[in-house]
This record gives sequence, C-alpha cells and structure tokens, in this order.
Amino acid sequence: MSITEILFWFLSVLALVSAIMVLISKNPVHSVLWLIATFFAISGHYILLNAQFIAIVNLIVYAGAIMVLFLFVIMLMNLDAAIEPKRSLWMKFAGVISGGLLLAVLLSVVRTSVDLNNKTAKLNTGEIGLIKNLGNTLFTKYAVPFEISSVLFLSAMVGAVVIGKRN
Amino acid sequence: MNLVYLVPLFPLLGFLINGLLRKSLSKSLIGIIGSGAILASFIVSIILFLQVKADGALPVNPLFTFINTGTFKIDFAFQVDQLSSIFLLIITGVGFLIHLYSTAYMHDEDTMHFGRYFAYLNLFVFSMLLLVLGANYVIMFIGWEGVGLCSYLLIGFWFKVDNYNAAAKKAFIMNRIGDLGFLLAIFWLLQKLDTVNFADVFVNYKNLSQADITGITLLLFVGATGKSAQIPLYTWLPDAMAGPTPVSALIHAATMVTAGIYMIARSNILYSLAPVTENVVAIIGLATAILGATIALKQNDIKKVLAYSTVSQLGYMFLGLGVGAYTGAVFHVMTHAFFKACLFLGAGSVIHAMNGEQDMRYMGGLRKWMPITNITFLLSCLAIAGVPPFSGFFSKDEILAAAELQNPVLYYIGVAGALMTAFYMFRLYAATFLGNFRGSHEQEHHLHESPSAMTIPLIILAILALVGGFIGIPEVFAKDAHWLEHFLAPVFLQSKALQPEHLGDSTQELIMMGIVTVLIIAMIIWAWSKYSRYQPTTEQESGLGKVLENKWYIDEAYNGVIVKPLNSLGSFLKNVVEKSGIDGIVNGTGRFVQYSARQLRLLQSGQVGNYILFMVLSIVVLFLIFWNQGIIISFIQKIF
Amino acid sequence: MPIQYYIALSATLFCIGIVGVLTRRNAIIIFMCIELMLNAVNLLFVAFSKMQPITTAGAGVATNNTALAGIDGQVFVFFIMVVAAAEVSVGLAIIVMMYRNTHSVDVNFLNRLKN
Repeated sequence: MSITEILFWFLSVLALVSAIMVLISKNPVHSVLWLIATFFAISGHYILLNAQFIAIVNLIVYAGAIMVLFLFVIMLMNLDAAIEPKRSLWMKFAGVISGGLLLAVLLSVVRTSVDLNNKTAKLNTGEIGLIKNLGNTLFTKYAVPFEISSVLFLSAMVGAVVIGKRN
Repeated sequence: MNLVYLVPLFPLLGFLINGLLRKSLSKSLIGIIGSGAILASFIVSIILFLQVKADGALPVNPLFTFINTGTFKIDFAFQVDQLSSIFLLIITGVGFLIHLYSTAYMHDEDTMHFGRYFAYLNLFVFSMLLLVLGANYVIMFIGWEGVGLCSYLLIGFWFKVDNYNAAAKKAFIMNRIGDLGFLLAIFWLLQKLDTVNFADVFVNYKNLSQADITGITLLLFVGATGKSAQIPLYTWLPDAMAGPTPVSALIHAATMVTAGIYMIARSNILYSLAPVTENVVAIIGLATAILGATIALKQNDIKKVLAYSTVSQLGYMFLGLGVGAYTGAVFHVMTHAFFKACLFLGAGSVIHAMNGEQDMRYMGGLRKWMPITNITFLLSCLAIAGVPPFSGFFSKDEILAAAELQNPVLYYIGVAGALMTAFYMFRLYAATFLGNFRGSHEQEHHLHESPSAMTIPLIILAILALVGGFIGIPEVFAKDAHWLEHFLAPVFLQSKALQPEHLGDSTQELIMMGIVTVLIIAMIIWAWSKYSRYQPTTEQESGLGKVLENKWYIDEAYNGVIVKPLNSLGSFLKNVVEKSGIDGIVNGTGRFVQYSARQLRLLQSGQVGNYILFMVLSIVVLFLIFWNQGIIISFIQKIF
Repeated sequence: MPIQYYIALSATLFCIGIVGVLTRRNAIIIFMCIELMLNAVNLLFVAFSKMQPITTAGAGVATNNTALAGIDGQVFVFFIMVVAAAEVSVGLAIIVMMYRNTHSVDVNFLNRLKN
C-alpha cells in the first residue's frame, strides 16, 4: 500500500466518522464543529486528487465563511442541547431505513456497472487542478456563467437584507 | 318506376307540413293539405293499377341499401304487383273519403289539435303504404310498426281522458306482443335463407325444411293475430273505439287490421306448404268469427257492436286464408273496407247528430231526421249480412264455399256466424233508425242531417258496397267471370298449383247458397220486427246474456292472469333490485370515493419532513425501476 | 484508486446527509446536512474530472490526451460552491425570521401546508 492509498483510506474514514457525528450530536455547536472536520477531510481528498484550487476554496468558503455564519446564527438563538426538540422514534427509523435503501440502490448500481470497470481517478498528477488552468478556462469558456454568478450574489445579498429587515 | 315513390311521398309531406306548421295554418288549409295528399296518392295508385293490369307486375328497383352486413343485404325497395295495387287502391281511396269526412267531423276541435289529427292520419297512411309496397319483410315490418304507432297516437287522440290513454296503451302493447312473433319469423328466415326479399324467399323456399316453414308461418301468424285482432290478441279492438270515429273507420275497419291478411296473402306459398299452420289459421279465424258475433249480439254501444263485427269479419278472412281461398280473403278485405267504413262513418254521423251519445237504447227513429245516413247505413247492413246482389254476399260466399270443400263442419259453423251477423247488424239498424225516438228532448232538438262533407263519402261507399261484388262473380253463376281471381292469379300461382283441384257440384252449391240466403233474410225480418219497437227495459241481463254482455269475461281473465303478475313483478324489481341493488352500487361508489379521499387527506400533514421522506422513498423506487428495467420487463412478460 | 471507491464514498456521504435531513428537527442542523450533501457531490465531480481508463503497459490506449480534459468538472464544482454560498445566506435569513416569529426553530411548527 502506497502512501497515497493509506492517505485515501484515512481521509475517507475521517470524513465518514465526522459526518455521522454531525448527525448524532445533541448540541448544535458540536454538530457545526464536526461538519468543519468533515470539510477538512474532503479538502484533503481534493489535495490528493491534485485539485489544489478547489481544496483551498473549499476551506476558505465553506469551512471559513459558511460555517462561521452558521455558528453566528446558532449563538444568536442561544440554542443548546436542552432546547433540541425530539423527533418521534418511528420517523428516525423511517429516515434511516430510507436513506439506507437509497445507499443500497446506488451501490448496487455501481457494482454492476460495466462502464466503470477499468476507470480510475488519477491521483497526484494532472494539471487541471492548477489555478492557472482553472482560471484560464473560467474566464474564457465559462465567462458568461461567471458574470451571471455575480448577479446571483447580488440578488442573494439583496434578498437576505430584505428578509432580515425588521418592520 | 319513379311513380311508385310518389305514392308514399305525398302522405309523408302532408304529415310533415301539417305536423310542423299547424300553428300557422288555418283549419280549412290543413284539411285541404291532408286530404289532397291522399287524393294525389290515389290518382297515382290508379295509374299504377292500370300499368299493372296491362303489363303485369312492375320490376323491383331498390332505392338504397338499408342494411348491409357480411351475410345478407336488405334493400329499401318497393314492389308493385297485382296484390299491392289492389291494396293501394283500397287504402288511398277509402282513406281519401275518410279524410274528407274528418274535415267536417273534427270541425269543433281547436286548430292545433285539428292539425295534429290530420298529421297523424297522414302518417298512418304513409306507414300503411310502406307496409303494402315493401319488397321485403323488413320494409313491411317498418310499415307494420308505423301503423301500430299511429294507432296508438290516434286512439289516444283526446289524451286528456285517462281511459282513452289506457285503451291506446292496450292497443299498442298487444300489437307489440304480436310483433315479437313477426320479428322472430324474420330472424328465422334470415338465418336459414340469408334474405328477406319476397322475390328471393318465394323462389328459394325449397331450401327450408318442413319444420322451418311451419315455424316461420306460425310466428308470422302470431304477428297477424296481434295486428288483425284475432284470438288471443283481439281485446284491444273494442277498447280502441275510444278514438274518433273516422279513425275507427280507417284504421280498425278498412286498413290496419287488414295488414295481417295482406302479409299472409303475400306469403301464400309458405302457408300452402304448411298444412299444420293452415289448420291453425282456419280454426282460430273461425273461432274468432263466432266469438265476435256472439258478443256483438248483446252490446248496446253502436261503435262496440261495429268493433266486434269487425273482429268477426276478420275471423272470416282468416278462415278464408286458412282453407286456401286467398283470392276470397282479399276479396272480402275489399268489400269489408267498403261496407264497414260506410257503417262506421254512418255511426259517426249519428253520434255527431246525437251530440256524443253512443248508446243505441237512447236512439230510435232517426230516419226521420237523417235520411241519407239512414239509406247508406241500410245498404251497408244488407251488404254485411250477405244478401245478394250486395258485395258482401259474393265475398263471404266464396270463403264459405272454399271452407265447405275443406271440411263441412267449418262451413256450418261459418253459416251460423253469418246468421248471427245478420241478426245483430239489423238489431243495430232497427234500434237506431226505426221506431220512436227514445232520447231526451234537447237531443231531439239537436238532431240534423250531417253536412255534405260527411254525407258524400257515405254515399260513395254505399254505392261501392252495392256494386263492388260484381268483380268477383263465382263460377256457378257464370263461367270465367271472376275478374278478381284472374287479376290476382299470378300472385297465387304457386299456391294454386299445390292445392288439389276442388270441383264442387255446382247444383249443390246453388242450393246451399239459396238456403243460406233465405235463412239470412229470415233473420233480418226477425231482428227488424223485434227491435223496431224496442223499449229499453231496466231488467238486468241474466245467464248467457250476461256472459255475452260482459264479453265472455275475457278482459277480466287477462287482467288477472297476465297483467297483475306483471305489475307485481314490476314493483318487485323497482323496490328491491332498483332501489337496493343498482342504486346501492351507484351510491356506494360515491361513498367509497368520499371515504378514500378522506383517508388520503391525512397524507398532507404539512410536515415538510414527511414530504421529504416520501420523496426519498420515491426516488429509491424510481432508481430501482430505472436500473432494473430488463429484469422487470422479463418478469412481467412471464406473468402475462 | 478505482473510481468505484470514490463513488461509494460520495454516495455514503450523500445518504448520511439525507438521513440527517429526515431525522433532525432543528432547522439549522437540517441546513447543515444539506451542505454536507452538496459537498459529497462536489467530491464526486472532482473525482470524475480526474477519471481515466487504466493504461495497460505498452499498448496504445485511446485516452483523452489533452491536458485540460475533464476540467469542466472542477469548474462546475466552483459554481456549485458559489450557489451554495448564496443559498446559505438567504436560508439563514429565513431561519432568523422564523425564529423571530415563533421563537423556535422546530420544523414541525411549519405546518401551514396542512390539508
């Protein structure tokens, strides 16, 4: 087992355990923290796949900005473990089972698929993850979506302000 | 050939114009259109008759194909041969006279009803013409049903009276029972021969087995008993007198009731091949003749006497058909049309003068006030009684002579019926026109002779009743002088060939004729003397008289045996099957839908979590189906 | 790594996210699980962008040899992140509004769609 494989397995286990802890934690703040751990694991995966830009952006935007926002809101509402309302047992059961079913279906497809037999994801190589190439493609081939995404941000900002206004 | 289509076309147009425009037309215009249509048909019928007399039967040309299926084809086609041309003349001629009469008789009606009357009358003539002109059994059946319908419409013409509606329904329903037999016969023919055209059936009848022919002819005869009021389906005819008197004259004396005779005469070859049916026809005809005559002996309503007389005379016609005297039966149809129509119209004239009174116990001595009606009525009575040289003598005698050759018993019973006929007809005549007036004083003041629109048809019909017999002079008087027999010979050719040649002793025949005539005149004198000084007594009839007066209680018997069980079956079906069963199913479906909707509503709990759960489950299912299509399809194919 | 491993990992993370959405009643936690799902999808996209058939030694396999093949996957990931950020801001604003009105973030209270 080369070091990349070891890293792959380690990061996968970390991601899965953190995700499950997000679900299980009673305290919302704990959930946020576990989610941040998940994001770190996933960024590790990105670096393994040599998608450097995406890894950094993931950390900065997701773990840095979005999770902080979540924390602000949780602190604002003073949520703690005591307030967490209880769901009925059968709903939890049903939820877990349906999720499990979905997973089973997806995995069975993957296992029986013929197309994927000889494909692999190349680790540690490749140039497409480099910021130079990504930037190039982004500003030439995908220039229009880029501009539109700026409009999207504007509308999101306006929307958030309007919704949050106190009349 | 196009002339044939004009004959039914005129009455149809008359029906449409009078029926649809009766609000805007005046009474005289309605009368002119109605009568004029029939007159035009009469003129065309004369032309057709002359053509047939000169050239023989006209060829059949289909107008359009009515029904076209894989195995058989039924055309809408008209056939004019000797038999139909005679009937055409009778229907349109007598029909025109009755239309003329109606313009005066129905004059008191309000314009809407006047128009309705003439529209129905024209529709009736149209249907009857379809019946006799049809070139196959199906077109005949269309006309058959049409006259049944018009009979219902016209009997219940004054629909505001409930009794009349009941009588109309009775007529229609009894007709329908007979029609079932007719339909079954048509189906049988279609199944065995794949055709119902007269031309084909009467040539290919050899393909039918004896059982087939007997069955078909019996079923056709059932239809005839319904339409022509034979036992057991005759009770509607006396009740049908609820309609206006010209209607009784046209439908129940001259035309509709003769439809059965036309049908059997048309199918004569089939009947000649089925001796069993012929016997049935003869016996039922004779029984009906006697039954009708006995009941008429004790009736007091003029129209009822004439109605039972019609039933009786129709019985004679069927007797003639049953013994193979087809020409005789058709001859009797013709003469009966003349004198019975004249009798009914005369009765209508009397009723009109008596302002609606129909009971002869309250009449009498009317010859003082109504001379023309008196004379024409007397002439027709002599004709129906069978006194020579009136027309009834020749036609009735022909039938009886043929019956005697078949079986002397038939002859003697038939003569007894003829004697009864003479008696009750002259009882009617004497009670009505002779002696002193027995009605009230206001009625006496009202008495007058009828207007010319009513008396002219009476005169014409009486003359025809007088001389109409001379077209059928029998062999014993003059050789080969039976013009009608020669004219109709082509139609009855095959039947004649099958019958053994009956040559009666001509001297014996003359002697029998003489004796019967003397007996009839004796009956006439007896009735004349007994009833010309008739005083109504208040004593009730007893014994046989009571039975006869109550029509042998047959109506009551039908009511108990047939009508009541059917009514109770109907109520059972209504209350149990309809209410609980069918309504239950329909309402139950509605209630089930409501219940399931209520249950389904609980799905919409408003909880977003629930919705997402269902979404996820559905996605799982969709994925399963999408990625396992092959397995699912083969599995389904294995099941089905 | 064979691509199936990445697909399995991504699918598992995705399903954990779904179970979280179905199971929890706190609106904020639900939102976080949605973010988890999005991230799983991002991972998959990046893995696919690097996907290539295994080259057998010596034989000339038909691979897509351009250096920038598959870059679309990563550009798409970039845009997903953009959208996720926008969505989070608006969503949290809504949740704050909800808290202001009902003083709770329990999703079960939002049952205006009932019946």
